[in-house]
Amino acid sequence: MANVTLRNVRKTYTGGFEAIKGVNVDVADGQFCVLVGPSGCGKSTLLRMVAGLETVTGGEIDIGGRVVNQIEPADRDIAMVFQNYALYPHMSVYNNMAYGLRNRGMAEAEIKTRVEEAARVLELSAMLERKPRQLSGGQRQRVAMGRAIVRQPKVFLFDEPLSNLDAKLRIAMRVEIRKLQRRLNTTSIYVTHDQLEAMTLADVLVVMNGGQVEQVGNPLAIYEKPATTFVASFIGAPPMNLMSTRPDEIKSQLGGAAGEAGIVGIRPEDFVITDQTPAGGVALPLTVEAIERVGAETFVYGSREQEDQRVAATPGELPPGEIIVRIPGTEAPAIGQKIRVAAVRQKLHLFSGDGRKRIEA
Amino acid sequence: MVEDEGIRRYVAHFILWIGIAIVAFPVYIAIIASTQDNALIANGQMSLLPGGHFFEVYYQTIFVGTSGSTREPVGNMMLNSLVMALAIAIGKIAISIISAYAIVYFRFPFRMSIFWIIFITLMLPVEVRIYPTYKIVADLHMLDSYAGLALPLIASATATLLFRQFFMTVPDELLEASRIDGAGPLRFFWDTLLPLSRTNMAALFVILFILGWNQYLWPLLITTRDDMQTIQVGIRKMITTTDALTEWPIVMATAVLAMLPPVFVVVAMQKLFVRGLVETEK
Repeated sequence: MANVTLRNVRKTYTGGFEAIKGVNVDVADGQFCVLVGPSGCGKSTLLRMVAGLETVTGGEIDIGGRVVNQIEPADRDIAMVFQNYALYPHMSVYNNMAYGLRNRGMAEAEIKTRVEEAARVLELSAMLERKPRQLSGGQRQRVAMGRAIVRQPKVFLFDEPLSNLDAKLRIAMRVEIRKLQRRLNTTSIYVTHDQLEAMTLADVLVVMNGGQVEQVGNPLAIYEKPATTFVASFIGAPPMNLMSTRPDEIKSQLGGAAGEAGIVGIRPEDFVITDQTPAGGVALPLTVEAIERVGAETFVYGSREQEDQRVAATPGELPPGEIIVRIPGTEAPAIGQKIRVAAVRQKLHLFSGDGRKRIEA
Repeated sequence: MVEDEGIRRYVAHFILWIGIAIVAFPVYIAIIASTQDNALIANGQMSLLPGGHFFEVYYQTIFVGTSGSTREPVGNMMLNSLVMALAIAIGKIAISIISAYAIVYFRFPFRMSIFWIIFITLMLPVEVRIYPTYKIVADLHMLDSYAGLALPLIASATATLLFRQFFMTVPDELLEASRIDGAGPLRFFWDTLLPLSRTNMAALFVILFILGWNQYLWPLLITTRDDMQTIQVGIRKMITTTDALTEWPIVMATAVLAMLPPVFVVVAMQKLFVRGLVETEK
């Protein structure tokens, strides 16, 4: 049981490239922390620094009240699950789980109890004598989990553990990981680029971009009040529609502090197709360009007349001028049809012109 | 169409049989000649069917040797060759796997220079550096010894390169998982890298054993005592006789005996080869 604290952690490679630019995160005991961000944002590097696989070039990493910057991975009391599982191919499932314990000089009887208990929890009991190559992807994933839990470490570290699994299995394993973590109540840090995985697993969500933390907090709070346009477009699928708006136009429509806003964001699900303009809200005329029906909901891709008003600055972006509207059911306008969509005042997200600051109004 | 297929197949088989005959006939002759009487062979009246002297000839070859040129039982030569070939094969594998481990997994000063120096030795086989090597072995008083036979042939760039290439395909995560599991460098080497290299080592062993077994020039240079002769050197000596008839049955028996260990190694290791190919570990 331990909390993990990162204080102004930095990583600069010998070439001068700064991968982590001063990160502060505090994960309380027993919490599930998810680091999420696009590829190359430094989330994996940060996790590997906590594991001790990468050196720390600035700041402090504190696990359970002990600064571990100079401590070997084996002595940090952590366990890690790798993306490709990293099982020892020549060892049986049993030995894969027992190896770390044996290296610590644990008695064989105690090892047996722990491995068998872990195998029971993970439903691997019938496969203890098999080699990793005789297992399916999901089973390998569970062996990797087993190897982590037999250690009974202070902290679990997960490096995109589900990205090698197919979509269906990924969802099942996601639920399993969460249940397991709740039961063991072990502090966990989990890296993923999948925002859905991040939203569903996290107690604390850390959104990273370009080696920096964009926002830390409860996943729903982040969803409801993204601090920057990056977070706004990264969390939530399909991404939030972001439009630049001339200040005077916004001011006249919204008034007050909203006058400082340069960008207005509206989530696809917050639009309604209507001819009315809600008081204080925003209405847009659109030409329908494409329709995606996924069963329970339908996505309408429309283009605005004034294409220059679209903000293009973040990943997962739509082409300029394109707006996504999510409507329930399968009833949708025809392609080429002109429609009007509107969103109420409470559903608008206002940001400063550079997208770095959220404006509450 | 079916008939065509049949004819084509017969032609193919016929060609294959010709190939086999070309390869196998000399071996057959050697085996036949090793069971004949020397006088018959010397007269050019050798039969293509086995003669009646099999036990006699092989007994003399293994335990006595030729009466003239070599004065040494072939059994002893085989032992010498075996010790040398095993020492070369095992020694090369041991040295190369350790040096490859150092080069791939450790950061130390001049790592790349050392790698290139090893690489360059590829271009310097024993034949090229034979004088300095002989001088060193002589100065170390290793002439006429097993150490002298094997040691200079042990350092190997090829095997080091092969293991280096293999180690570079082992995923880094295995090393990282080992580090988290508390395995130090030696443990990782012993518990993970060696078992994974098993099939590579088997393949190398076959190649290196045959290479060592077939050495001729180096043993010829550094052994002068009869009881240190290797079988390859022995065969050559048996053939060149100045004042007597070449004892062809014994020469042929020696040649047959010289073939056996490499054949045995290939056959025995083939299973491990195939298993290594079928099981894709990593």
